[in-house]
Amino acid sequence: MAGALLIALAILPRIGHERSMNTQECTIPIQGEDLRPLPSGALFWPARGILCVSDLHLGKSDRIARRGGTLLPPYETRDTLTRLEADIARTQAETVICLGDSFDDCAAADSLDDDEVIWITRLQAGRRWIWIEGNHDPGPLSLAGTHLVELHEGPLRFRHIAQADASGEISGHYHPKAEISVRGRLVRRRCFLFDADRVILPAFGTYTGGLRWTAPELQSLMGRGSQAALLGDPVRVLPVPGCSSG
Amino acid sequence: MNVLPGSIQDWFSARGWSPHPHQIDMLERAGNPALLLIAPTGGGKTLAGFLPSLTELADGAHDGLHTLYISPLKALAADIRRNLGTPINEMGLPIRVEDRTGDTSTTRKKRQRADPPHILLTTPESLALLLSYEDAPRMFAGLQRVIVDEIHALAESKRGDQLMLALTRLQGLVPDLRRVGLSATVEDPAAIARFLAKHPDPCEVLHADPGPDPDISMLETETMPPWSGGGGKYAIAAVLDQVRKHRTTLIFHNTRAQAEIFFHNLWLANEDDLPIGIHHGSLAREQRERVEAAMVAGELRGIVCTGSLDLGIDWGDVDLVIQVGAPKNVKRLVQRIGRANHRYNAPSKALLIPANRFEVVECVAALQAAREHDLDGEPRGPGPRDVLCQHILIAACAGQFDADALYAQAKTAGAFATLTRGAFDDCLDFVATGGYALRAYDRWKRLKQRADGMWELRDPRAAARIRMNIGTIQDTDTLKVRLRGRGKPLGEVEEGFAASLTEGDTFLIGGQVVRYEGLNQMTVEVTRRADKPPKIATFMGTKFATSTQLSQRILEMFRQKDWPDLPQHTADWLRLQRDRSKLPEADRILVETFPHDGREQMVVYGFAGRNAMQTLGLLLTARMEEMGLAPMGFVSTDYAVLIWGLDRVPDPAPLFDPDALRAGFEAWLAGNAVMKRTFRASATIAGLLERNTPSTRKSGRQATFSSDILYDTLSKYDPGHLMLQITREEALRGLVDFGRIDEMLTRTGGRIDHVELDRVTPLAAPLFLEPGRVPVHGLANERLLDEEVTRLLNTSGLADIEPAKSRWRVPY
Repeated sequence: MAGALLIALAILPRIGHERSMNTQECTIPIQGEDLRPLPSGALFWPARGILCVSDLHLGKSDRIARRGGTLLPPYETRDTLTRLEADIARTQAETVICLGDSFDDCAAADSLDDDEVIWITRLQAGRRWIWIEGNHDPGPLSLAGTHLVELHEGPLRFRHIAQADASGEISGHYHPKAEISVRGRLVRRRCFLFDADRVILPAFGTYTGGLRWTAPELQSLMGRGSQAALLGDPVRVLPVPGCSSG
Repeated sequence: MNVLPGSIQDWFSARGWSPHPHQIDMLERAGNPALLLIAPTGGGKTLAGFLPSLTELADGAHDGLHTLYISPLKALAADIRRNLGTPINEMGLPIRVEDRTGDTSTTRKKRQRADPPHILLTTPESLALLLSYEDAPRMFAGLQRVIVDEIHALAESKRGDQLMLALTRLQGLVPDLRRVGLSATVEDPAAIARFLAKHPDPCEVLHADPGPDPDISMLETETMPPWSGGGGKYAIAAVLDQVRKHRTTLIFHNTRAQAEIFFHNLWLANEDDLPIGIHHGSLAREQRERVEAAMVAGELRGIVCTGSLDLGIDWGDVDLVIQVGAPKNVKRLVQRIGRANHRYNAPSKALLIPANRFEVVECVAALQAAREHDLDGEPRGPGPRDVLCQHILIAACAGQFDADALYAQAKTAGAFATLTRGAFDDCLDFVATGGYALRAYDRWKRLKQRADGMWELRDPRAAARIRMNIGTIQDTDTLKVRLRGRGKPLGEVEEGFAASLTEGDTFLIGGQVVRYEGLNQMTVEVTRRADKPPKIATFMGTKFATSTQLSQRILEMFRQKDWPDLPQHTADWLRLQRDRSKLPEADRILVETFPHDGREQMVVYGFAGRNAMQTLGLLLTARMEEMGLAPMGFVSTDYAVLIWGLDRVPDPAPLFDPDALRAGFEAWLAGNAVMKRTFRASATIAGLLERNTPSTRKSGRQATFSSDILYDTLSKYDPGHLMLQITREEALRGLVDFGRIDEMLTRTGGRIDHVELDRVTPLAAPLFLEPGRVPVHGLANERLLDEEVTRLLNTSGLADIEPAKSRWRVPY
């Protein structure tokens, strides 16, 4: 336990007023690998050139409209792809893993604009692209790329929903969000959750909400000493309340 | 008198009564297409409204619905049903009266549509819902009259706009429909008349005898009011004394939180065990109904309440109204005072209790205004288009419609008389297709136009969902509060407040101190194990802005050399402000800076009116953010804006550079918290956002996302979109006012007096109690997070992380 804590201290970002553009300081150690949570909510594995994003929920506005709901601004797909493209460019990723719920449902994948399909195809060019199944988008999609239920890569397993007792697991699904009260101000922010065994990614999609980091579903998954990496530049690491060691 | 049928005439005679002159006037003008009665509470207003209906229905010849009565309160509809039922029974009239509100059972509602009563009592929302059904033409076929009660209250809100649009559709179904409005005393009866009548029909205004002037004064107490503080705690003993001396006392507060604190303190000091209750809109219905029943039965000597008792429910024998906290608005004060003494010819008795010395000044100004019958009010401007969007959706639910006809009809609502065809078509396009620059919804349009030009729902099944979102009342996200185990509901608190609670925290609700135990299925579970002084629950507040007229009077008082009209303690307090800092002057801007509450505070006295001061707050915090001064939020009043942040502002003058402020206005307008709040409200009304139903909330929050995200996305990709135009229209209507900032900057010409202090000044103290704090999320958040990381770094050697000590958590 003390070991995990020391690691956490070592990776805490610099404190101070000056903003740092060097976002590579924060590292999540898991199964001997170093993973980097990016300010946008993507996770980068430098040793293997893998960029992982979760819960893109592309086509959400289409799905809601199709089901007789309201007509939301139909811009979430391009906004999400814009941010994803920026992270791909920044990291020069060789592999992109979309960790499930990439589409709000399977029909949403078919409803994309031609422009948006071409955009995805362009992003896929020259790199390995893996769609992991999510509960929103089970089954193969009509888009190019490899479709998998889960992916084993070195010591790590990539799947959509975390499993109890897993280790070396990278997952999404829960859209974790931190809530921190400091001097009377409640700050809410999307975050990664991690402990010695797993990382849970925040939702990357524009039209997504968050689940409070102290929600029972999350607390029962995360072990003692689990920590959160808050999105933003710099990425900040904090212990998750209620999960402290002791 | 001869117009009254025998049965009604006999009823009056048997009791030795005769109708009031205005009741006869109403009867004589019963054929008018529109008629407005202005009468004080207790003036037989309701009977005046119904007498023509009773007369027309007396012979039993009318079949089906004759009169539709609309009130802003569900409880009022039920109350009228009881009060109308008695004379109808005693007169032996063959008239069926029923109410229909959100509380009415489904079977009864169904039956009412098939077999409507002669008189139906309902609310604007229930009427809108009725008009969304295909069978509306049949139900309303024989309708003769519509009575809008408390129309002065409805005329100030979007509920009233929705009602008036609904009346245009009713009038389309029954062209000879006659409209009657019943109003309390207002400053501009002609405006209410225009609001009521079918445009451009005339509307006669009848005035009942206003009765004697109220007997109204400021309560003298032995204890002096404090410098600041909003609770009026110093006056508890004096209030108990007054309750003892009167039969029933209503004790009004401006906010629910203040009502809770006051009730708690009253209860602690109530050694005689006087029966005193509390009533406000955040309490569970069961709790409210218990208090209402006790009040009707005459079992309560005092009721601590808020605006929830503002409207004319007849609660029995109230002989004193106490207003705690300064009345922010003279008209509302006069209307509240009308609650005391329902006997028509006796003066109402009221006492004002200023909560602090600043409010003494406000109370004295309000007393002067009330004595001079100087009522305040602001013209409302053209009808809001978010309400029009919902109106179109409702029309579509009822069946196919013709756009030309719907447009022509909408223009007969006074507030929409100036609506252009282009503005209407934009709303229709928005409702039909989303109205986006990116035409994405060809397949999934909400409305489609048929070959014959008529519009209809693409998918008729959507009607059920649209009906669930009818209404214009803004609901904040609240959570129910229940006692653990027993499951007894106590009321509700704002979700943001619930989120700030940790186990063991205590807060006040319904006058009890309860202990937070945890959150279960979106319900706050509490116990009575209250072992700590309570935190304050933040209820969604009805926010009152001080009226412009009233603030002018207050300003004049500030500018006096001395204050013979004010109590000694308050005059001393103003002198102290003059000694310690300055009293604000007309042609200068006074800026005070001082540390307080662990933050750096800056107060700008600009006297430009609340909306302008709010705009100034937004602009100054935007400038401070640019300059790295880490502002955290601000709150504005008519006189001043208070800004708090992490850093002291060493020299405020550069912040006021007119060119920079002007340049910042447009950019600022796009991205601030006030606009996002406005967007959320308008987008919900317009049907872009659906209300959170309990089931969607239970299913987990990660499925729902913040309306701020939609606002940001829309601003980024479709800045000309109708919903953003409406947001801007609505914000400019009541929230922001750059014109008066400009005027203030010109008037003061850069003459800025900066006073640096080590603590709060007398004049600044009350600002810390103002509701409506606006957060600024920027640099300060980042630094606070850094601070938290540092703190945790320092404490992480401990076995357990201690929560930060905070003595009082204010939101934002």
